[in-house]
Amino acid sequence: MKKVFQRPKSLKDMPFHYCPGCTHGIAHRLVAEVIDELDIFEKTIAVAPVGCSVFCYEYFDCDAYQASHGRAPAVATGIKRVLSDRVVFTYQGDGDLAAIGTGEIVHAAARGENFTVIFINNAVYAMTGGQMAPTSLLGQKTTTTPFGRDHKLNGSPVRMSEMLSVLDGTAYAARVSLHNPANVTRARKAIKKAFEVQVAGLGFSMVEVLSACPTNWGLPPLKALKWLEDNMLVYYPLGEFKRPAEVI
Amino acid sequence: MYEGILIAGFGGQGVLSTGQLLAYSGMVEGRHVAWIPSYGPEMRGGTANCGVTIADNPISSPVVSEPTVLITMNRPSLEKFEKVVVPGGIIFVNSSLVNIKAARSDVRAFYIPANDMAEEIGSGKVANNIILGALIELTGVVSTGAVEKSLYEVLPPHRHNMIPVNLKALEAGAGLAREQKGTLAEVG
Amino acid sequence: MAKILMKGNEAIGEGAVRAGCRYFFGYPITPQSELPHYLAKRMPEVGGLYLQAESEVASINMVFGAAGAGARVMTSSSGPGISLMQEGISYLAGAELPCVIVNMIRGGPGLGNIAPAQSDYFQATKGGGHGDYRLIVLAPASVQEIIDLMQDAFDLSDKYRNPVMLMGDGVLGQMMEPVEIGAERKAELPEKPWAATGRLKGKEKKLINSLYIVPENCEAHNLKLDKKYSGIKEAEQRWEEYRTEGAEMVLVAFGTSARICKSVVDICREEGLPVGLLRPITLWPFPEKGINGLIESVKSFLTVEMNMGQMIEDVKLSANGKKPVFFYGRAGGMIPVARDIYNEVKKILNGGAA
Repeated sequence: MKKVFQRPKSLKDMPFHYCPGCTHGIAHRLVAEVIDELDIFEKTIAVAPVGCSVFCYEYFDCDAYQASHGRAPAVATGIKRVLSDRVVFTYQGDGDLAAIGTGEIVHAAARGENFTVIFINNAVYAMTGGQMAPTSLLGQKTTTTPFGRDHKLNGSPVRMSEMLSVLDGTAYAARVSLHNPANVTRARKAIKKAFEVQVAGLGFSMVEVLSACPTNWGLPPLKALKWLEDNMLVYYPLGEFKRPAEVI
Repeated sequence: MYEGILIAGFGGQGVLSTGQLLAYSGMVEGRHVAWIPSYGPEMRGGTANCGVTIADNPISSPVVSEPTVLITMNRPSLEKFEKVVVPGGIIFVNSSLVNIKAARSDVRAFYIPANDMAEEIGSGKVANNIILGALIELTGVVSTGAVEKSLYEVLPPHRHNMIPVNLKALEAGAGLAREQKGTLAEVG
Repeated sequence: MAKILMKGNEAIGEGAVRAGCRYFFGYPITPQSELPHYLAKRMPEVGGLYLQAESEVASINMVFGAAGAGARVMTSSSGPGISLMQEGISYLAGAELPCVIVNMIRGGPGLGNIAPAQSDYFQATKGGGHGDYRLIVLAPASVQEIIDLMQDAFDLSDKYRNPVMLMGDGVLGQMMEPVEIGAERKAELPEKPWAATGRLKGKEKKLINSLYIVPENCEAHNLKLDKKYSGIKEAEQRWEEYRTEGAEMVLVAFGTSARICKSVVDICREEGLPVGLLRPITLWPFPEKGINGLIESVKSFLTVEMNMGQMIEDVKLSANGKKPVFFYGRAGGMIPVARDIYNEVKKILNGGAA
């Protein structure tokens, strides 16, 4: 019988710790599939963040670093500057990348650091208990915005892909979503492009992945995906914001 | 032998580089040397000073808090540092720019119109070396030969064309010091 | 061998290059600026990298990445910047990554000033960052010693897989002294099989990590680190004794203040006063062996620091109540004057009378 589905080689054979309905698992899988497809596993080095995906170094079977909160782009800079022929990627959440680590991500992009960033945006701090993230939507209720995010009090959500796309050092910036199979397929293509950009040595590449957090959104998994589609896509348009001519 | 030399003036008068030249010359002669600048916001346009220690024994503290020799290239430097010179020490005053006299009677003061003399020689930039020449003549802390050798090391190659005028300045300063020696013995 | 006249800050850079360091990540701050200026020119000459980071926080994490990749790497800063690095330093210690961190201390607290000080002693030797860890802390007192200790700093950091801090101040950084640096030779770098450089040819997976989520595992990690620190304490204490033979009073001072204390000792000895100096070269591990060696013969210690009294705690711990330990310090960027220390010595020798 023909095998139509199997675990990517780049993922370890072990259960994820993620909550039911969480899309981290899909994102992990897509990254691993791309590493396999591009046949770069032996050269690949992962940098894990602080947040729900802090343990992603356990799942990706490549060499890995666990970075301090928000500093994955600085750690990746250090690695890649020493090992310029390796493929380095960071895997960061929205608190890690768009709040505490804003300085590091902006300047890594500005320098055109030649690594890839997988940015999981689920509009909430998940590991610490559902607090407001820099990407939480206006009106969104979180444990620290119990009456909904108020722009007068908390400002407005940050659109990182658009922000970083205006920097010369950014070679590739795209936003994708994991709310349905068609978009998962598109997400995979974007992640592949981002890694190809790095392998070609073209500069900084990032894929922002809109992701669901049923636990902290207080929704069952399917409704969470629907909420993502109905609310997040409105504020966070999907697409490629920066693309080098060399990669089609 | 121990000399703690404090050189002070305006930023831009070449105070720090003169100190380096002196320290380098001491090193060329096989002595222990240390050079330390004042630094910080005051180095932007205000006063600049550096301490140079030249000694036969290893130098414990590089900080010249009680100089045996003080070179003042401007008036604020004389006013600020005159009091810390050790009794019996020497103060060189750039009388082209300083219109007051040293107040202390327990030190020897030499008044050298360094800028005027430098202009006569052909370059206002070598005023420091006029005084350096006088210092060497009076203290023998380093030899003129060591300074000449050090100029080749301290100046970048494209400035080596300045070496003859620097040597002229050293000689002019030394000549003036020889003239003044006698009169100063009486003052001291 | 021919000597050259060199600034302390430049000597740090040249010492690092000679020791085989090829990566520098840092953010500008006074009074260590000549070091980045020097390395920005020097590193490209030797095929190395000087990279100016966006902050000290980024610098230390770049160091984390480069150290994990197996490189000899360093950063440099002064007080406020070193404070920003503390989280990263804790991670480096936790992940057991070798690197060298230079702190050219300035007056504090807060923005303080840019004058020389020794007020970061606690921060360097007692932690600074979170968690139970130690840095090896080296305190040179001359430009030549800076060059020599930079080699040792990298060697010790690799030997123990531990961050090493070199502590100086504006005086040491800015002063010029003759140094012998010898001919450049290829630095011998140790193998780093633990480095995470990719699983080429099917190598086993490597992880650079300080996370031990299960308390039992984290305790085991702490015990392992503690064992390492005990070994360092036993093997690496370094100090210099100056005219301690027959000394009744021994001054204890490091770095710039130790140099000034040497003058004090000379003045005292000329007058027949039996005074000597113990200069710690390693601040951690503190040279308690040095203190212990003198404890029977001396009557008292006088700790001289450019702060309000930090190393004195270690001197007291080492003296363990057997002999009195006095203190003299200047703070906020003030440099102690030999004459004032001498007066303090006389006062103590006279039983407290001025």
